[in-house]
Amino acid sequence: MKRQLYANLRRKIVFITLAVAFIPLISLSVIIYYQFAQVFRNKIEEQIEYRARAQGNAIELFLKERTAILLAMADTYTFDYLAGEDNLGKVFQIMNHRVGGFIDLGLIDSSGRHVAYVGPYNLLGLNYYSQPWFGEVESKGVYASDVFTGYRRTPHFIVAVRRQESNRSWILRATIDSDVFESLVRAAQVGKTGDAFIINREGIYQTHLRFDGEILSKSNLNPIIFGEGTTVLEKVNREGRKVLYAGRWLKKNNWLLVISQDASEEMTKLFKTKRMEIIIVVSGCLLIILTTIFTTRLTVSHLEMADRKMNELNAQLVHADKLAALGKMAAGVAHEINNPLAVIAEKTGWMEDLLTEEEFKKSQNFEEYKKSLRKIEEHVERARKVTHGMLGFARRMEPHLEDVDINEILNETVTFLESYARTNNIAIEKELETDLPIIASDHAQLQQVFLNLITNAIDEIGKDGLVYVSSSRINSDIAVSVRDNGQGIPKEYQARVFEPFFTTKPGGKGTGLGLSITHNIVQNMGGTITLESEKGKGTTFTVRLPIVVPEKK
Amino acid sequence: MTNIMLVDDEEPFVETMTKRLSKKGFRVIGAFSGDEALKTLASNRMIDVIILDVKMPGMDGIETLKEIKSKFPLVEVIMLTGHATVESAIEGMKLGAFDYLMKPSDMEQLLAKIEEAKDKKYKHEEKIREARIKELSYRFE
Repeated sequence: MKRQLYANLRRKIVFITLAVAFIPLISLSVIIYYQFAQVFRNKIEEQIEYRARAQGNAIELFLKERTAILLAMADTYTFDYLAGEDNLGKVFQIMNHRVGGFIDLGLIDSSGRHVAYVGPYNLLGLNYYSQPWFGEVESKGVYASDVFTGYRRTPHFIVAVRRQESNRSWILRATIDSDVFESLVRAAQVGKTGDAFIINREGIYQTHLRFDGEILSKSNLNPIIFGEGTTVLEKVNREGRKVLYAGRWLKKNNWLLVISQDASEEMTKLFKTKRMEIIIVVSGCLLIILTTIFTTRLTVSHLEMADRKMNELNAQLVHADKLAALGKMAAGVAHEINNPLAVIAEKTGWMEDLLTEEEFKKSQNFEEYKKSLRKIEEHVERARKVTHGMLGFARRMEPHLEDVDINEILNETVTFLESYARTNNIAIEKELETDLPIIASDHAQLQQVFLNLITNAIDEIGKDGLVYVSSSRINSDIAVSVRDNGQGIPKEYQARVFEPFFTTKPGGKGTGLGLSITHNIVQNMGGTITLESEKGKGTTFTVRLPIVVPEKK
Repeated sequence: MTNIMLVDDEEPFVETMTKRLSKKGFRVIGAFSGDEALKTLASNRMIDVIILDVKMPGMDGIETLKEIKSKFPLVEVIMLTGHATVESAIEGMKLGAFDYLMKPSDMEQLLAKIEEAKDKKYKHEEKIREARIKELSYRFE
């Protein structure tokens, strides 16, 4: 019942403490983690967006420069001039010198015929009329094409401008150096898994890819999903990895620069943080749990101990009270009985006196009278013993302090009882610690205590046995033990032996006061008396007296 | 012949004890309270030993003892006590009681104590007499 109560209390304290400690700790760490993750993700997105925009601007500028110089050349020179191979070569040299990034340069008349050409391929005389870009240039005047294979059978793209010269129009066309262009695009890629490429409106790759996917093949990215300007979005790729894409429209929304970045690669830093945080939180929690359980156990067991001590104290107080009340009552009763006893004794004595007279001696019942009177006297004596014992029990005077040697008292007492013990064939053995301190106590009362205990031990044995008396010093007490090898005291009686009038001796032999007087005396001296008894093995009474150092005289 | 006064509020006790002691050859006078005892003492200067119960209603044994000792210092008093307390006995002795006995008491013991008390009283009286004689003889010189 009580155990259950403490277990409940312990559980409650542990639960509340843990709840109070865990709820804020865990919620705080979760919130901080998510906030941090959000900030981190925003940062990554911002970075990739910034890169896409900046690199987009650079590419836009690159194309504009190339277009501008081509336009300038077309505006500066005439068709006839440029038709001369040497002249065209010179112009090509100027262009590459000024801005660079051109592979070849060609002059095409309005019918689509390639009139002049400078470059590594043999394209002179080919007709471009049927090429899709030709029509675009014709109609728009300036045109940068998508990547295509064309006559030369390698993917490339061109910038072309149309010039209206009085009555005729012609086209100046230049191929952009793919290596230069692609290195410009590639500059935007980062990390181990990041990529940067360009797709057109239909989703066809316009540059080489870092990993898989061929130039001019169809991308699985739908350019429609990218909004105006620069957009960042997240997609899950075929391998199930989250990939961040930043797209920026170029070239009047014909090309889309895409920068891809494995989100998880960037997030590994975050995961590291997450792992660290989890380790800290978990070990913190473990520490809290251990500490809580430990301190709770300690607290509750302290509480339990204090409670138990309190209960013991209460029980002792109640016991002492009971004994005191009993003592008072016993004294009152004894005193009231003593007077009638005295009268009975005197009357009996008077009758005995009268019996000695001559006339009674002749009576045939003389002996009977005499015997009866003696019996009455005997029983008055027995009653007197009881009442005197009761009065002795009630005696509550302060011990008279003198210098007392416990061993000396024990020796005296044992000597006094030795012949009584010997007649019952009982040996008394002593084991006394030799250098016990002299204490301030009451010699006569202590003698009564030891006398009672040893007499009890002898009576307990009855015949043939051993009484063992020992004294020793235990901490700040002197302990005196009296052990017998008698029958032992049954468990149910052990708690009652110090109660007045409790006796196990057969009718009339004991008053039941000896041990209660002993108990009273020892208690008044500030000591304790305890018993240990095992059925069939005997009983040990132990008196512990505090060592009170006598005052120096 | 020894003159005894028996003081106890328990009448049957006084009565029986008187008979028994008289039979043993003492001259016994009974009294049932401290007051009565003092009055009887005042009128009867023959009394040698008083047997006095400690616990009595009204004037108790100790008070009576004080009175007796102040007025009749030569009379020996044996206290009879129901109390087994050493302190009441000690107090009685300090106040000049000859001895004390516990109730109910053994007749043999009582007789022995009476005898001792009487002897003491007689010796005491003897000394006083001797002293007076000495004084007288000084005067003669």
